[in-house]
This record gives sequence, structure tokens and C-alpha cells, in this order.
Amino acid sequence: MKKHLFVLISIILVFSMFLAACSGNKASTDGDKESGGKGTKLELWTFNELHGKYYDFMVKEWNKENPDKQINLTANVYPYDDMHNKLLVAIQSGKGAPDIADIEVTKFPNYLKGQPQLLPLNDVVEPEKENIVQSRLDIYAKDGNYYGIDFHVGASVIYYNKEILDKAGVNPDDIKTWDDYAKAGKVVLEKTGVPMTTLETADHWSLWPQVAQLEGSDDLIDAKGDPNLDDPKILEILKYQQNLIEEGIAVTTPGNNHHSEEYYGFMNNGGAASVWMPMWYMGRFTDYMPDLKNKIVIKPMPAWEEGGPRSAGMGGTGTAVTTQSENPDLAKEFIAFAKLSKEGNIQLWKQLGFDPPRTEVWDMPELKEENKFTEYFGTDIFDTLIEVKDEIEGVNINENTPKVTDILNTQVLFRTLVDGEDPEKVLKEASEQLK
Amino acid sequence: MERKKKLSNLLYSQKIAPYFFVLPFLLSFAIFFAYPVFSTVVMSFQEVLPGQVTFIGLENYKDLWNPTFLKSLKNSTVYTALTLCVLIPIPLLLAVFLNSKIMVAKNFFRSIIFIPALTSVVVAGIIFRLIFGGQEGALLNSIIGIFGFEPKAWLNNAGLSMFALVILATWKWMGINLLYFLAGLQNIPRELYEAADVDGASTWKKFTNVTVPLLKPITIYVFTISIYGGYSMFAESYMLYGNNNSPNDMGLTIVGYLYRNGIEQNNLGFGSAVGITLLVLTFVITLVQLSLSGMFKKEE
Repeated sequence: MKKHLFVLISIILVFSMFLAACSGNKASTDGDKESGGKGTKLELWTFNELHGKYYDFMVKEWNKENPDKQINLTANVYPYDDMHNKLLVAIQSGKGAPDIADIEVTKFPNYLKGQPQLLPLNDVVEPEKENIVQSRLDIYAKDGNYYGIDFHVGASVIYYNKEILDKAGVNPDDIKTWDDYAKAGKVVLEKTGVPMTTLETADHWSLWPQVAQLEGSDDLIDAKGDPNLDDPKILEILKYQQNLIEEGIAVTTPGNNHHSEEYYGFMNNGGAASVWMPMWYMGRFTDYMPDLKNKIVIKPMPAWEEGGPRSAGMGGTGTAVTTQSENPDLAKEFIAFAKLSKEGNIQLWKQLGFDPPRTEVWDMPELKEENKFTEYFGTDIFDTLIEVKDEIEGVNINENTPKVTDILNTQVLFRTLVDGEDPEKVLKEASEQLK
Repeated sequence: MERKKKLSNLLYSQKIAPYFFVLPFLLSFAIFFAYPVFSTVVMSFQEVLPGQVTFIGLENYKDLWNPTFLKSLKNSTVYTALTLCVLIPIPLLLAVFLNSKIMVAKNFFRSIIFIPALTSVVVAGIIFRLIFGGQEGALLNSIIGIFGFEPKAWLNNAGLSMFALVILATWKWMGINLLYFLAGLQNIPRELYEAADVDGASTWKKFTNVTVPLLKPITIYVFTISIYGGYSMFAESYMLYGNNNSPNDMGLTIVGYLYRNGIEQNNLGFGSAVGITLLVLTFVITLVQLSLSGMFKKEE
């Protein structure tokens, strides 16, 4: 009898372990919020918790407006690298991909290699094309098809610490060009002992906007689509940055990039007088640098020469529909609703603090309403944006982008800005590696 | 009933039963090892893109000859060599101490040294990142500050970051190697030491002439797994730098390079070539090491 009992218990144990293993996946999806109600099931993967919440909100709005086309959305949030890798494997193997996925812009070209396993979104994008900042569509395009819809314009701006500038007697509105900026930086350093800015050495947000804002179609990738690191203009910019470091006007970013804890602490304590980053960086100020509240002013970036472009659209997340989706049309309609419609664009600002890609909403009253961003930065955020509306240079993104940003992040910036190597030599070596 | 009998006959058959019981291993080996290795070899000669797979001959292997791969190769080799220098002699000595009769609180020390092995690399990596932080207030910098040293950017300097990686490896794997050596020590017959005592051997003589030679098989084993462990290191560096990109690639390992190309840049063909190179490399090094240590000689 005892023996039987033992066998029975063992069988139950093994079986329950087996079941637990099988249901592992299910349990994790249950943890995420499902927006209730019946309707067509759609699965979405994203790497940003706030994006997930945004979709949950928008699906409720959609269901209110479309009683005949209800959606039952499961928005799964995974860590950044995990999600991109998981999606890549699912797409490579042809199994297990969600209907909709958020793909970060520097990763996006990986998914367009070969025959894209994402669906062209032209039928929902083209009707709205006139209202959308075109460059934000181009970065997710291949052979005339648009595969992703962005969250924001990502206009680069410069965030000045007004308190420090006031102490040095510098007026940010007088800084028109990067030369002015360096001169003002010298004054700030002399009067306050604080560096004017920090430069990233392991990420590309200091260099790329300065390159992208140059007039003309060349960028880190040239107009033909080849890596462009041997461009003399890029050499000039790198020399400019190296010069800032040598003169003490800039220091290398603590923690090597503007998203590190070390940097947040440093900046929060008034470690530097300014930083240039895209608009979407506002959230980092409000969330991680609370002591700077009401001290930060947002201005357009200085131009390389007077009258030149003062901004560039940087970063982004393309939302795409995979070829594995069983309800591709509904998925497309939904993301168009969430990210292209007027209503969606207002919510992009309200919920996420993004500069929405649909420019006509920028001066709408809804964007003046108080929220945590206006409390922190004042109510004229969008005035700056409207001021540079026609100066937001686009970037070239293609299959070479991941390679190029990679070599910048791991070699070029560190060797020139930290080790002080000759930028010309470093850039030459880097472009040879990219060939 | 008839069927059941047939089945049990089958199980009791001396010819078939062994195969039947080995089958799960054979199957899992074939599915999870042999097949993937085979397809990796095939893929290393291909350009693998969704919907487009083309044979490109040795192109992937030719592309391996680039400064970044060589750097990852160098990093992995230096790391492996340093961990071998630290993780063989120190655990060996500690094991001898912890095995000796006069040592107090043996079990306490054994568990203290072993606990890090149970900690996840992810957690350990994050903690070490904080310890080795570049600011003045970071743990290590404030410690060396007491002795009047300037704060150092530990993870931004090639030499210092390798030091941090080796310290992390030492902290984590010390306990495991110690355990192997302890097991080996307990297998050495006590009579040998007693005989040495009778001959009037000193403690050092006993260590060099009895302990070390008799621990040779264990040492060779630990050596072999440490070589493999060193070359396959990835997670430690990934966690220490917060991602796969370290400044000037100072923390890039071969596996990191494989991951960067195969997964992060969707270039699975090239990634496969890196993987096969790593496989061949560790295989050759291990073979050389084993033959140097006399593993293939016939027992005398």
C-alpha cells in the first residue's frame, strides 16, 4: 500500500512540475494587464512600461469608439534587450511573434534585413502623411514602404541650468552658434567653476544630434546609405568636442552616458550648466533630477553657422505589425489610431511627455494644460518646438546604422574624448572597419 | 494483457534494455547538442536573413580577421590566463587549510567561501558595478581614499576593468574550486602522511611531495573547466558594464562578440562563425593542456 502511495505521489509531483513548466509562459502574461472585454485578441510587445500603459489606455478609447470592432489587447512589457532579441528570434524562426511590436530605432534596421517580416503600413500612413513630420516616417522605410510608426519627433533641444548661467551672467538666448556656446562655456567655467556640459563617451546622443543637424542629407550614414564616418564635417565636430574637453568647458559624462545613475546624481547637484538631448529626455529630468525643477530652460540647439538648422529628430520607437499577425488589418488600424490620429497625438504628450509627430497638435490648447512637464519646465515648451519646426533635420537610418552607432559607442567616442587620441586617425580606422 | 507482457519482455531483454535506458540521453544529446552544432557549422558558411539564406563560402571566417574580434580574443585570453593564475593556487591552499585538523570553524569558512557561487551573476555583476563605480563616493574609491589615493575610474581603464572582472570571477568561483580540491584531499589516504611523519618530513615537504602530486587529477579537471569557463565568460562583463558595449571594448569577450553580431545585429551566419571558432579554440587549448599534463599517456 505504502509503495502505491509513493508511486502515486511521485506521479503527481512529476506531473505538476510538468504542468508548472508548461504554464510558465501563461503565468507571466497573466501578470500583465489585459484590457478586459471581449473582442479580437491582439498581442503586443514593448520594452517600455509607459508605452504598455499607453496602449492599454488607447485600447479602451478604441473600444469606446468602435463597438463593432472590439479589441482585446495583451500588452507585454519585456526588458529592452530581451524584447528585441526575443522578437528577432521569433521573426527569424517564423513562429511566436506578436501581432504588434515596439522596435527601437537603432534596432529597427535589423528587422528590415532580407525580406522584411513586418507588414508595410502604407495604407494607414499615406492618408495622414501630410500632417506627420516626414523624416519620422522615412527612418522606418525600405523600398518605399513604411514599416513603423513613431511615438515622437525627438527634436533635439538644449537644456540650460538657468541658475548656473545667471551666476555667470550668461543669457542663453545670446547663444546662437556652437562657437558662441563654447565662448559662453568658457565664461561659465571661469565664473562658476562648473563645466558648461557633459559629453557622452559610450552612447551617441552627444555626437549624433550635432552631426544630424548639419544642413544637407548626409548624416552618420550618407545619402547613398553608406557609413559616413570619414566625412570631414564629422571630423570637425569631433574636434570641436575634443576641444571642449581639453579646455575644461565640457567633461566626459559620469557613467559614460546620459542615462546612467551617476550622471543623474551629478547633474541634479548642478554638476554641469547644460546638456543637449532630444525632447523625450524631459521625463528623465522630472523623474531622476527633481532638484532642478524650475531651474531648467529648454532652448533650440545652437547652429553650426548663423541661420543654420538648430535641431534634429533623434531616437524613436517604431511600432510595427508582424507578418505573423492573424488580424493584420485590425492591428494596423489600431496603431494608426493610437499614434497617428489627432486624439492619439494629444495623448502622446499628455501621458508620455513626447513631442508628437503630428505637428498640427503642437499649438492646440490641450498641450498647454498643466502636467508634470509644464510644472517642471514652464508652459512654453512647445513654443520652442514651433520655433524650430522647419529646422528639424532628419537622420538617415538603414542596415548600416546598428554597426555605425556601435563603433561610435564602443570605440570612437571613448578613444577621442577620454584617451585624447587624434580624431582623424580614430575616424579613419573606424571607417575602415565598417567597410 | 498480451501487450503488457510484450513490453515487459522488451524491458527485461538484455539486448534491448540498455538501449532503451540510454535512449533519453541519446535523444536529448542529438536534439539539443548534435543537431544545433551541425546547423551552426552549416550556418557559419551562410548569410542568414529572414526569407533569404545564401551560401557565401568562407566569407564569414574571412570577416573574423578584424580588430574588434582580435580584441575580444585578447580579452578572453587574458581573462582566462589571469583566472587560472588565481583560481587554481588559492583554492588549493585554502582547501588544505580547511582540511587541516588544527583549523577552527571549518564549516563556517567553507560556507562563507561557497555562498558567492550560489549568487546569480546578474546580482553579483550589479553589486560589483556599484563597488567599482567611478565617483568619489563609490565603495572602492572611498576605501582607497582613506589611504590617500585619488579616486579611480575603475571601469573606464583597460587594466583596472580587467582587475575588476578577475576579482568578480575570484569571488564567485573560489568556492566551487575549493570544493573540488576538498573532495580530492579527503581521498588522499592518511597513511601517506603518517609515513611522511615517520620519515620526519616538514609540513611543506608533505604538501609538495604528497598533497600536490596526489591532487593532480583534480587539478587537471579544475584547470580544464576553468579554461572553458574563462573563454565562455559573458554575463559577468555584460552585467559589470550594464550592457554588451564597454568603452573601447575593454570588456568585450568572444561570446560578447558572438552575441553582438548574431543577435544584436541579426547576423546569425557571422555569429555562427564566431561560435565555431570559439569551439575549435577551446577544444585545441584543452587538448594541448591535457596532453602536456600527461592525461593521454598510458598508465604506468
